[in-house]
Amino acid sequence: MSRSGNEVPYGMSGLTISEKILARASHLDAVRPGQIIDGEVDLLYMHEMLAMALLPFNEIGTTAVWDPAKIVVTLDHWVPPPTPEIAKMHQTIRDFCRKQGIQRFHDVGDHGIVHQLIAERGYAQPGDLVIGSDSHTNMVGAVGAFAAGIGATDTAAVMATGRLWLRVPETLQVEIRGTLSERTTAKDVILKIIGTTGDDGARYAAVEFTGSTVKAFPMNERFVLCNMTTEMGAKVGLIEADETTKEYLAHAGRPFHPIASDEDAAFTKTFTFNVDGMGPQVACPSNPANLKPVEDVAGTKIDVAFLGSCTNARIEDLRIAAGLLKGEKVARGVRFQITPASQIIYRQALKEGLIEIFMDAGATFTSSTCGPCFGGHLGTLAGDEVCISSTNRNYPGRMGSPQAQVYLASPWTVTASAIHGEITDPRKV
Amino acid sequence: MTAARFIFPCRLLRLKMDRHFRGHVWTFGDDISTDHIIAGKYLGTTDPKVFAAHAFEAVDPVWAKKVQPGDLVVAGDNFGCGSSREQAPIALKALGVSAILANSFARIFFRNAINLGFPVLECPGLRRQVNAGDMIEVDMARGEVRLPDGGVTRFNPLPPNVLEILEAGGLVAKIRAELSPKP
Repeated sequence: MSRSGNEVPYGMSGLTISEKILARASHLDAVRPGQIIDGEVDLLYMHEMLAMALLPFNEIGTTAVWDPAKIVVTLDHWVPPPTPEIAKMHQTIRDFCRKQGIQRFHDVGDHGIVHQLIAERGYAQPGDLVIGSDSHTNMVGAVGAFAAGIGATDTAAVMATGRLWLRVPETLQVEIRGTLSERTTAKDVILKIIGTTGDDGARYAAVEFTGSTVKAFPMNERFVLCNMTTEMGAKVGLIEADETTKEYLAHAGRPFHPIASDEDAAFTKTFTFNVDGMGPQVACPSNPANLKPVEDVAGTKIDVAFLGSCTNARIEDLRIAAGLLKGEKVARGVRFQITPASQIIYRQALKEGLIEIFMDAGATFTSSTCGPCFGGHLGTLAGDEVCISSTNRNYPGRMGSPQAQVYLASPWTVTASAIHGEITDPRKV
Repeated sequence: MTAARFIFPCRLLRLKMDRHFRGHVWTFGDDISTDHIIAGKYLGTTDPKVFAAHAFEAVDPVWAKKVQPGDLVVAGDNFGCGSSREQAPIALKALGVSAILANSFARIFFRNAINLGFPVLECPGLRRQVNAGDMIEVDMARGEVRLPDGGVTRFNPLPPNVLEILEAGGLVAKIRAELSPKP
């Protein structure tokens, strides 16, 4: 036991990353799973849910947000607004941010899917207590922060008070080791994990990823792992910050203080996944845990392929798509839509000539939005359509009609399938 | 069902508001996601009536027309998984569903419901003991469900901090009370 009893009043074992962050945020020496704490929020970020949060915020009766410098807002779900009502909603949000002095309001044009925007602009740092008004806030934990998603009323509460009650989660340690097969990514790994644990295998828990495979992953892959801990039911997904994290966040110019779990931290469970030689995986309709190796579903005809969302639409994902599409054509009768996760990624894709490759191949490239992923707008599915998607969920109706069939896969598998008009093992093209 | 409801108007039979419920059951399975409860295409508004009108449309296109105030939802594991959209519990509450009992809940759905003052109760095993349309009685404080055959199923009452929010009528009411000057 490396920690002294004084520091840990509740027991002899050490603390996990999440426990350390929550202890710091609630001014306690230590916290234990199941304990209810009142945490001071370091960063609150919101998308259009801000409009839903305004009603409870106004009801609370405070007129000003607790600290405009600790809030980031962007528009991502409906960009650009597809209806007059949503345009009005955007206006309401714009006005609120101006009146409240929220400087980091990223309006349409400067926008991005909020988790990506937070990550790429270095707004979240290791050790931060980050609260986001979206279920995929878990993604931001890849920088070593405690990043949890909440709904509208909680959002209003944080805006008003800067605090949030949280139940300290148990920590599940997921060790990933081994070398993946070619054209196999973090997406395939997390699908495999969800397929093994189920879509509630980490309900209420913190998932801490570790192991040689994780340490070798660049940040874009680490984001994918943490992003889809949401589909395990997790409160947060985390990865201990290291040199890779430091380099990624260097441009933000903020102090970098990584936090690690103690050697004797009390993990509730430890899973080890040996992914040596593992190939691409696909989550079949209509649950993210309905997993099959790509070989088992290869040949399934598709109507739509979608490369987008906070999960898999970073520049590295677009480069994969462009690499496969160069000199190829999207299969006849298939619509392949590529929607980058942010405007910064859009610009980078433009600079690198990727957009031209997409257009030459017959794919369609759009401005950044969450639209298609949640069936909101800009590419929704008809009842008889089959889609392969780089997104995160495939529950009935997720991307449009409840009858539509959605398969979740990596950018490699999505693009290879778009070219062949059927689900395709990317290692065979 | 209609006749039974006429004879036993459930809202009148509640012994104490928000603590004791008697109502007809709607049953659902495991992993009922927020996409099942309210589809993304209906979220481009802040009007609860819109969410209510389309509740569970992916499961049954006319469910929202059939559910009656005072009815109860009983489901399996991981109810409310998926999105953070508070429109999901808002829709069910707006339709007058008095409580949801499930084997387990997804965390954001659970918080959202409690924050709205909408009881969500973990009652493992209840789903297997009831059928659609059954009349059951729930005592939230004691953690008891009285089944149609007279049997009783017990569950762990909500933790004190959660109960406190619920009793206050939701998180907004609780914070308002905390912020208002003490007499």
